[in-house]
Amino acid sequence: MEAEDRYPASAGGAQPAISLRGVVKRYGPIVAVNGLDLEVPPGVCFGLLGPNGAGKSTTMRMLTAQALADEGAITVLGYALPRESKQSRLEMGVVPQLDNLDVELTCRQILMVFARLYRVPRAERTLAVERALTLANLLGRADTIVRELSGGMRRRLLVGRGLIHQPRLVLLDEPTVGLDPQVRQELWSLIDGLRASGVTVLMSTHYIEEAERLADVVAVMSQGKIVAQGTPADLVLAHAGEQVLEVYGPPAQLAEASEIVARNGWQSRRSGPALAIMRAETLDGDAPQGVRRPANLEDAFVALTGEEIE
Amino acid sequence: MSADAQAAVPVGGARRVGRLEPAALAGVMSRDVVIFKRYWKATTFSSVVQPTIYLLAFGLGFGTLLKQIDHVKTIEYIATGTVATAVLFSSAFPGMFNTFIRWQFQRTYDAMLAAPVDVEELITAEVLWISLRAGVYGLAPLIVGIAFGLEPDPGMLLVPFIGFLTGFGFAAFGVVIAAVARTIDNFNYVTSAVLTPMFLVAGTFFPISTLPAGFRDIAKVNPLYHCVQLVRDASLGVLGTADLGHAAVLLVFAIAMWRIAIWQLGKRLID
Repeated sequence: MEAEDRYPASAGGAQPAISLRGVVKRYGPIVAVNGLDLEVPPGVCFGLLGPNGAGKSTTMRMLTAQALADEGAITVLGYALPRESKQSRLEMGVVPQLDNLDVELTCRQILMVFARLYRVPRAERTLAVERALTLANLLGRADTIVRELSGGMRRRLLVGRGLIHQPRLVLLDEPTVGLDPQVRQELWSLIDGLRASGVTVLMSTHYIEEAERLADVVAVMSQGKIVAQGTPADLVLAHAGEQVLEVYGPPAQLAEASEIVARNGWQSRRSGPALAIMRAETLDGDAPQGVRRPANLEDAFVALTGEEIE
Repeated sequence: MSADAQAAVPVGGARRVGRLEPAALAGVMSRDVVIFKRYWKATTFSSVVQPTIYLLAFGLGFGTLLKQIDHVKTIEYIATGTVATAVLFSSAFPGMFNTFIRWQFQRTYDAMLAAPVDVEELITAEVLWISLRAGVYGLAPLIVGIAFGLEPDPGMLLVPFIGFLTGFGFAAFGVVIAAVARTIDNFNYVTSAVLTPMFLVAGTFFPISTLPAGFRDIAKVNPLYHCVQLVRDASLGVLGTADLGHAAVLLVFAIAMWRIAIWQLGKRLID
């Protein structure tokens, strides 16, 4: 299949892989997504970052038309949802947050079922299954029943299942939640490899490190809408500055430092046992004693989404 | 993991997908086939043993007291009645339990609906699979009956089709129950208040003419009654014009339940 056949609608080059305009989704009195505008350009790894309950998973469900928007317009790969959603699902892969693998089936059987569901031609199915098993590093477990797999293996199988038809767009909903560091590293290199091969990736996560390492563009979501968007470096610079001053000490000393911060109108946040003062590069002589470090995405994230836990 | 195995160019290509695609139905059913291959022995065992017990209990028990029921030999009456109960139970129960478990506990339906499969295809495939199975296993009571002295008749070859049509309606009915039940325990209400009485007012083991008038009217709107009549007439080689009416009722029941199942479960699968 030639590349030009694959992207008939994007001949102009500028068509976004995903576009949401003014999207609202309510569940009874709860507004899960509240006027969401989002555009994912083709070929990037796009990170949707937000605290739990920000509306990330609802957004992901709307992109597969498993949740229907109450207001607004959504297109995926140029197809208008929900009307043409089946067509867009044919051309994209989905890795869900919740493990919904068929526990009674073996890895190979699951992949075979999904190869059929994704309309992989009969002659190519066996190859597609082998490729997905290789990708998920599960060749040695191909005929093991899912119930007997470890959590990490199951997550890898979920990824392999979503990529069985070599989609040009992949949705990853919290891909590494609850995984140990080794498996997380493995998935990160896989996601990086996808991006390198030209696949568009939309990844929701509440792990800041994950977004910082993998995403070309990050959109920060809070209370159902996008509150900031840009490259991780731009977001850090815009919302936390270049440097952060971390002040350590007993509670009395921190309280005193907080007063100084408030008096000067500086931007700060609690960072574990320390008080972190943003934009340390702009502070004058009044600043308390502390350790300077480069600002990071976590600083920007907390600045954007607030310190309170809902 | 090796990311190299993933190339940017997909194998499938952007073919257009239509409504109720056979490829989607086959994909969903391929999962049922895998599961069936694992459990076919247990399924086959129960679908043979159950009619055997009915035939022993009713056939041999009543058979010594009664030579005929409703002008039909007792063995013929009971064997054909058992076909209908076998079809009912092998379609309504999987319709209820499989649907609920795959939807609520295993989240299989959530996974499939993220692929290019819609609710209509998903439910149609599941109901189709259950009814194919019900049609085939509906033959078991006849085969057991033949071992007990039932006379084979070419009309019996129609029984799998009757079982399929009836099973389609009852499997879809099961899906509707699964959709509205809230918890699996609520299935008990349906089993005791709907399914069990249903096979008593269907002429399975005794003719509805022995029932009070009100019950006879209920029987007329009971799809299982029409299934029993059709199976009995086909198996005994006495099909007549009345059987067209029976088939029509089963067809209407199947189509109505199929659409209600898609509507009701669809409402809950897509939020």
